[in-house]
Amino acid sequence: MTAPRFVPPLLALACGPGLVAIVARTKARMAGRVGPPLAQPYRDLVKLFRKGAVYGATTTWLFRAGPIVGFATAAVAAALVPFGGLAAPLAFPGDLLLLAYVLALGRFFAVLAALDTGSSFEGMGASREASLAVFTEPALVLALVALARLGGTLSLSAMLAGVGPAAWAAAAPALALLVAALLVVFLAENGRLPVDDPTTHLELTMIHEVMVLDHGGPDLALVGWGAAVRLWTFGALLVGLAVPVRTGDPWVDAAAALGGMVALGVLTGLVESSMARLRLRHVPQLLLGAAVLSVLALFLVLR
Amino acid sequence: MPTLLLALGVLLAGAAGTLALAAVPRWGARVGVGGAIAGCALGLVAAVRVLLGTPAAPLHLAWSVPYGAFALALDPLSAFFLVPIFALSGLAALYGAEYLGGRGDVRATVSWLFFDVLVASMAAVVVARNAVLFLVAWEVMALASFFLVTLDDEDERVRRAGWTYLVATHLGSAFVLVLLLLLGGGGSLDFDRVAPAAGPGLLVALGLVGFGAKAGLVPLHVWLPEAHPAAPSHVSAVMSGVMIKTGVYALLRTLTLVGPVPGWTGPLLVCLGAGSGVLGAVFALAQRDVKRMLAYSSVENVGIVVLGLGLGLVGRAAGAPGLAALGVAGALLHVLNHALFKGLLFLGAGAVVHATGTRDMERLGGLYRRMPTVGAATLVGAASLAALPPLGGFASELLLALGAAEAAASLAPAAAVPALVALGALAVIGALGAAGVARTFGVVFLGTPRTPAAGHAHEPGLAMRLPLVLLAAACAGLGLAAPWLLAALAPVVTPLAGLDAAPALAPAAATLRAVAVVEAVLLALVAGAAGARRALLARRTVAVAPVWGCGWAAPTARMQYGATSFAEPLLRTFRTLLVVRRRIAAPGGPFPAAASFGTEAPDPYRLRVWDPAFRGVRRGLARLRWLQHGEVQLYVLYIAATLVVLLAWTVGRP
Repeated sequence: MTAPRFVPPLLALACGPGLVAIVARTKARMAGRVGPPLAQPYRDLVKLFRKGAVYGATTTWLFRAGPIVGFATAAVAAALVPFGGLAAPLAFPGDLLLLAYVLALGRFFAVLAALDTGSSFEGMGASREASLAVFTEPALVLALVALARLGGTLSLSAMLAGVGPAAWAAAAPALALLVAALLVVFLAENGRLPVDDPTTHLELTMIHEVMVLDHGGPDLALVGWGAAVRLWTFGALLVGLAVPVRTGDPWVDAAAALGGMVALGVLTGLVESSMARLRLRHVPQLLLGAAVLSVLALFLVLR
Repeated sequence: MPTLLLALGVLLAGAAGTLALAAVPRWGARVGVGGAIAGCALGLVAAVRVLLGTPAAPLHLAWSVPYGAFALALDPLSAFFLVPIFALSGLAALYGAEYLGGRGDVRATVSWLFFDVLVASMAAVVVARNAVLFLVAWEVMALASFFLVTLDDEDERVRRAGWTYLVATHLGSAFVLVLLLLLGGGGSLDFDRVAPAAGPGLLVALGLVGFGAKAGLVPLHVWLPEAHPAAPSHVSAVMSGVMIKTGVYALLRTLTLVGPVPGWTGPLLVCLGAGSGVLGAVFALAQRDVKRMLAYSSVENVGIVVLGLGLGLVGRAAGAPGLAALGVAGALLHVLNHALFKGLLFLGAGAVVHATGTRDMERLGGLYRRMPTVGAATLVGAASLAALPPLGGFASELLLALGAAEAAASLAPAAAVPALVALGALAVIGALGAAGVARTFGVVFLGTPRTPAAGHAHEPGLAMRLPLVLLAAACAGLGLAAPWLLAALAPVVTPLAGLDAAPALAPAAATLRAVAVVEAVLLALVAGAAGARRALLARRTVAVAPVWGCGWAAPTARMQYGATSFAEPLLRTFRTLLVVRRRIAAPGGPFPAAASFGTEAPDPYRLRVWDPAFRGVRRGLARLRWLQHGEVQLYVLYIAATLVVLLAWTVGRP
């Protein structure tokens, strides 16, 4: 059973861009357009990887390290989160906390790389990214701990393996609250609406995209690929919770989770088509709301 | 123990030598620095030997002071605190030799007298086993550091800072005095023969106020952001890195002496720690002064340490060995980590001040290209403060989070709720701390210089760079060696957690080893991706061009995102906790002339609590001023009258 353990991170690396494509396709259909082909993100990555590089005159090695550390942390995060019934290759008691710390490392380097340019736009994005983390991190950690209490384990793979129909029957309200909280975290951490608008062309309104304005070529490819892997990883966490198919056959469970990921991509596209971006000063309230949902779920499971 | 006594002797000899040679400033300073470095090296040997398992015989000598005795002992807890005291002080002395070297005046030379005495007194505080001796060492420590803070006392702000520190530390000492008297209960004041004359609840409360003031717990922290920036940087490093930890040590020692503590102690410490952590981190974000920001970050980190102790007590009360051991172990490890990274950051900030002459972040920028060694070392310290893997700060915070998560996932609500509070607070503090250091490091070291002074900055000499590099290596080493350190920590944790810590810490050590594997994977991925990019770009054009300014033709360094603008979104969210003063001179008229905008963030507790309180005290005491009229004859009369009253009281007593 060692081979399937490497499937979750490989799936994330391979299918992450596909999830981005599904979101884009859904948005296009909702807007009445045909939309780009599903292979477009892959083509973009290939194109970028074949380019040269241009670096800002003020920058140091930190600017060049940002995309690399971002990609590496996303890949490690993907190796910590199970997919459906497939346990993660890096699974041990306490890995749920490490997940938060590893993501923080990637964020730290992204913020420093942005500040390294000395551009006010990138500084602005860095400031916002660092600020929002103050609200997403407790929401994520508390939600995961609620899950840990439900499953009686501190390992993501073990706790998500236990979220089957029986768990939903026993603790449906708490699990529903956690799904809602993690959905907000999923949208916020990956720079989607209503927190951040990944498609706008106005730098002033963006968070994540404006931080990477100065990256190009293979660096931008790594940024984009890393973001896709992160999107997939958070999605896997959410789908593992919301799609309680645990037949015992890992491949059947994985297929169900794959279906769940497609549905999540469509759902994200629907959310992005039907909502406007929140005013930036209201975003903390939304994220605090997610943290409150996590705390409520905790109260339900603490009895 | 003989090695330790020798170390103390060398330190005091260094101090005496400095005083004797004060007339020849260069040699006086050399003797002072040499004494500090040699004494610290010797002391470090003594402490490490105890930690490695060689017990040291306690020392008990008579002393003519009533109730006093030269009672010294070096148990694992004392030895553990001696390690950062000696390690950081020794490196700070080496750094200070160059930092103050350019001055060569008598005052800078005499400061080495106080530095040596400060180090010796800190060591004495943690090995003293008699209340009178402890109190003497405690006061000498406070006074020596006061004179170091006020080294540049021609500056009015420095005098004010020194005054604030002196008042705060003595208010704390008052509580400590009462605590020690009650601990003795009228009999012996030796720590191994205490007979508390009061309930443990009162004693813990007294210790929290008295030692909390030294450690910098909110709301008793107001002296830190004043005193630490005022002191020379190597002194700030010692004060912030290790001196405030003597407060933590004393609190721990009190907990072991008072007997079984009441059940509210654990949750109270968790709440106090969480409050200090969050408020310290928010206040740090509001500062423009690099060293003030670091001082507030010390408030934050002491909060984390106290939160960990609280978790340990909660675990002890709930009979949960994992939580009890992990809380205490995480707190202790964080004491060590904070000493290293905060010492490193203060020394790095000192190098920046040395090179540019300003502590104002908004006047710095782009220093990484000009001072690469300082920049790289500071980056390591900043990442350790932000609890990022694989550094030391991450290991200690992970241990605390692990203990809390385990408790929250498995224990009854009485223990699970404090654990959840701790976990939420750790997440918020971690993100705030990361935002704070990313802001400081980014604004100071990255981007382009905002002033000519920053543009002309240069690397310091070897004596200042070497301590930075060594401390950075230690920050990384503590993170990588965490699984083994945890095992070595067990004898220190055992008496504090009230159980055999080694088996209780074993699962956490296993987790840390698994984390080390993940870190290795991460490093391999980073190396692989970097190698792949290098290979991809090998035969392609790699150009260097101006940063994209969104079409703006004439960007200036002033247009960069600065420290104030970076923190604005968070400060707006936390505005109810803060006082931010804005000074705006808006442009006006058809031909607008000079305009300006400035912010400062004074300490809200100082502004709203302590300043009004002290004004009230001063008003009240003003009524007694008629007693103090400057006529010496009447003062003599006061003394005579007091003596007569005392005589009458002594004679009249049955």
